Amino acid sequence: MLIPHPLLGLRDAQEFTYLGDASLIDRPEGSDEAALADYVYLRDNPAGLHRELWFHEQGDRSWLVVTRNTLTHEIVSAELARDVALARKEGVA
Amino acid sequence: MTRLTGGLIDRSQSLSFTFDGTRYTGHPGDTLASALLANGVRLVGRSFKYHRPRGIVAAGSEEPNAMVTLREGARAEPNTRATMAELFDGLSARSQNHVGPLSFDMLAVNDLLSPFFAAGFYYKTFMWPRAFWEKLYEPAIRRAAGLGALSEQADPDAYDRGFLHCDLLIIGAGAAGLTAALTAGRAGARVVLADEDFRLGGRLMAESDLLDHAPATQWIASVEAELRALPNVRILPRTTVFGAYDHGIYGAVERVADHLPTPGTLVRQTLWRITAKRAVLAAGATERHIPFADNDRPGVMLAGAMRAYANRWATAPGTKGPVAIFTNNDDGHRTAVDLMAKGVPIAAVIDARARSEAQGDYRVIAGGMVTGTRGRLGLRSIAVQHSGGSESLSVGALGVSGGWNPNVHLASHHRGRPVWDEARLAFLPGQGGPGGLIAAGACAGQGSTVDALADGHRAAVQALADLGLTAPALALPHAHPRAENTAPIWHVPGKRRAWVDFQNDVTVKDIALAHQENMRPVEHLKRWTTLGMATDQGKTANVTALAVMAELTGKSIPQTGTTIFRPPYTGVSLGVLGGGDTGTNFRPRRLTPTHTWAKAQGAVFVEVGPWMRAQYFVRPGETYWRQSVDREVLAVRSGVGLCDVTTLGKIDVQGADAGLFLDRVYANAMASLKVGMVRYGLMLREDGTLYDDGTCARLAEDHYVVTTTTANAGPVYAQMEFARQCLWPDLDVQLISTTDAWAQIAVAGPKARALLERVVDGFDLSNEAFPFMACAPLTVCGGTRARLFRISFSGELAYELAVPARYGNALMARLMELGADLGATPYGTEALGVMRIEKGHAAGAELTGQTTAQMLGLGKMVSKKKDAIGAVMSRRGGLGDDSRRLVGLVPLDASHTVTPGAHLFTAGAHPSMDSDQGWVTSAAYSPHVGSSIGLAFLERGDERMGEVITAANPLQGQSVAVKVVSAHFVDPEGGRLRA
Repeated sequence: MLIPHPLLGLRDAQEFTYLGDASLIDRPEGSDEAALADYVYLRDNPAGLHRELWFHEQGDRSWLVVTRNTLTHEIVSAELARDVALARKEGVA
Repeated sequence: MTRLTGGLIDRSQSLSFTFDGTRYTGHPGDTLASALLANGVRLVGRSFKYHRPRGIVAAGSEEPNAMVTLREGARAEPNTRATMAELFDGLSARSQNHVGPLSFDMLAVNDLLSPFFAAGFYYKTFMWPRAFWEKLYEPAIRRAAGLGALSEQADPDAYDRGFLHCDLLIIGAGAAGLTAALTAGRAGARVVLADEDFRLGGRLMAESDLLDHAPATQWIASVEAELRALPNVRILPRTTVFGAYDHGIYGAVERVADHLPTPGTLVRQTLWRITAKRAVLAAGATERHIPFADNDRPGVMLAGAMRAYANRWATAPGTKGPVAIFTNNDDGHRTAVDLMAKGVPIAAVIDARARSEAQGDYRVIAGGMVTGTRGRLGLRSIAVQHSGGSESLSVGALGVSGGWNPNVHLASHHRGRPVWDEARLAFLPGQGGPGGLIAAGACAGQGSTVDALADGHRAAVQALADLGLTAPALALPHAHPRAENTAPIWHVPGKRRAWVDFQNDVTVKDIALAHQENMRPVEHLKRWTTLGMATDQGKTANVTALAVMAELTGKSIPQTGTTIFRPPYTGVSLGVLGGGDTGTNFRPRRLTPTHTWAKAQGAVFVEVGPWMRAQYFVRPGETYWRQSVDREVLAVRSGVGLCDVTTLGKIDVQGADAGLFLDRVYANAMASLKVGMVRYGLMLREDGTLYDDGTCARLAEDHYVVTTTTANAGPVYAQMEFARQCLWPDLDVQLISTTDAWAQIAVAGPKARALLERVVDGFDLSNEAFPFMACAPLTVCGGTRARLFRISFSGELAYELAVPARYGNALMARLMELGADLGATPYGTEALGVMRIEKGHAAGAELTGQTTAQMLGLGKMVSKKKDAIGAVMSRRGGLGDDSRRLVGLVPLDASHTVTPGAHLFTAGAHPSMDSDQGWVTSAAYSPHVGSSIGLAFLERGDERMGEVITAANPLQGQSVAVKVVSAHFVDPEGGRLRA
């Protein structure tokens, strides 16, 4: 697989490690145990487009949010997770 | 040896080879198969299940029968197709799957018992009694049915792995592949042209048709010369593209040295990972046969293969009589014409079609069928049925042509579904399949030379247009137009067995049986009969089987199903997939900065993750590892010891928000740490369990250095980057891993300060100036940049001194030299482990991912004043209520041993899951205590000091009475640390 790194262009997937669902970016603030339990344990497993976190461990060490079709492995987009997270925070604020 | 005229063999040289011990000769350009045929060898092996005599059927990689063991000794390679083995001088090959000589196989009795061995026989017969399967049935069946045997010796050859990137990958260098390569090469595209053959040309080499009124080899040679002169074209002969993977990545194996007696200095094979923007699949087509009674006799071949052997290899197919052809299309006649041109007598062309005309001076039996064969170890005669009745023809060989199947294999990877073309009677590449792959030539149904040449060009133009390149015009060579006119005649009905899949011994009857048992969907048919599941993946069988099933069900072929293929296209050796990653090359090895020094000191090394660490140092006279370890422990506790602790992960954390950031990733507070001090830190997983521990040193307001365990150096860094980039991107903080940048040496023992005073440059080491848990940047040894941390894993007065990694080896040597009179002793991971157990410090065996801070007795470290990863979840019921606590254990009888992994029970309790009270995490012999000691998690352990309990290790029948004590065996008040 090839991942279109937003800064470095097409990179081989072997340079990355995979974490999973990009919803991990939305960590609940505060001490709501139930919200954290959902955050820690519950994931969607969609057949189709899936936003997920990849770490460019053998590269520039950036975390990416990659949108991948789980049926075809087509990669629709890759964004810096930091940009995604900052945009979310601005949206919340 | 009999040879015809012409052919692409070099008659000026002779190559000597053996088959089953008999010596033969061939020529450069021969395959083992062509050389065997040229020497009149027809019987080459025994079939998988019935041990029927078998001969060469095909001329390419689709060969189902001629599987031989190539070479001798450790290089012996079973199940090699004789059609793909390039002849070299001294080659030796052996036939497979027989007991006794090949011509008199004892297991041929299986053939007489064939009524019992039909499809599904094993499933039904060997059901009962169950226990017999593993012990009796399976070994016996495996001995009787099978392929070649492995040498069971280590592979002596080297393999490699490589990466290629191109605009256009062209798979196959026949007519279509060559015009595609020429088109793309001239357009300036980066081209990789791969072909499984050792010569370019594909099927053109097997035909007598002229190109531009000259032999096709002339055109091939001119194209090859032009391609080789183009710097943007890379030609890979002997290279099989075996699979299409995601995003335009293709796997290919180049057989670099398989055509040589030994690889010499070359690698044997290379695994190429080819990243291609576009690909042209020009893989050609495979001829199918027409099953009839006893059609598996040696001498019965594919007609197209027969033609290839005559034209390319100057080999007559039958020396014991004339040749007959059985066909349902015009291509069969072409074989007859070519053979006659070479002087091979033709007995008849039996054409299953009612209307058929001879293309030359030979007899045609129109509307005829071959209904049987005779000849014990090779074909002698065939029975033919036609409108005038039946007759027997004496023949030396029979060529069978049932039409051509496009090689859609790679196009059907990635769930590409081939589609049935009723006009061509063939499956063609359909929708889906690997993106960017364009089929061309025979594999796209454009099989005639005229069509294939034009289609290769068309495919390349299409691919180049996708890439924004313009293709120059290409003058295609003039070729003779031909048509196939295949009739839908799939098999000859009859009562005797007619083979569909030669390699797995599947007959028309077996398919009928599958139909009768309602195993009608193609996937069921395949698994029930094992059709197409041999190493050839049914290249010559699958479509025919589908047609037979369609006939039985009364449905059309596309209604019956389709046949798709998975990688690999042909077998790939595990050796080349490993690509040389064997033994010590299996993964990278990381050496500590003091490795060469330690080696010279007699260190025994141990693998710790990727690292090689000194485990202990053997001194003269020490014969048992414990002697060395005990000496090292005692030397540290009484004097001073030195240990390389570089492998602990080091992460440099800088920025205005560094303290705030660390507050969120550590369970305990870090922002409040004073500059110049170190704090022990606990890191939790988000689910609340313990993740990792380490130290956190604050070198400046905005600068921390944190350490991790050796094993978690990578994961913790990735987790901290996740926290920085994904959770708190608004914080001003930067991270970098500096594990490799700094060599770190632990200097431990009561004389540690005395030793360090001899290397620091005017730095005040007094307890007042540099107390326990202090840290500072400084210089040592006359100006070398360094960092000093007063931290202790052993429980003694101890420091860790870090210098840039390149000075690590020299620093260790200097400390040893300067500390000689203090008794400075190097110690390894074993002594390190003993001392941390004596001190009750947690390590990997305690931080299992299932333990909590409370269990270590460190629950109060999890701050309630701030949010940190895992803090909230660590307080949830199930975890917070866990009452197991870390304790120390000593055996009541000092001669007894505490075993890690043993489970704990109240004294006298019957050991069971219900009465389980905890487990021993770590244990060692303690020279300090004078007996074996252990660390353990025990129910309410903190309240049970002094209680005698049982440590049970039922696996080894051990049960030891142990006393519960504090986990701090050494200096529980910590006086030594602060000395």
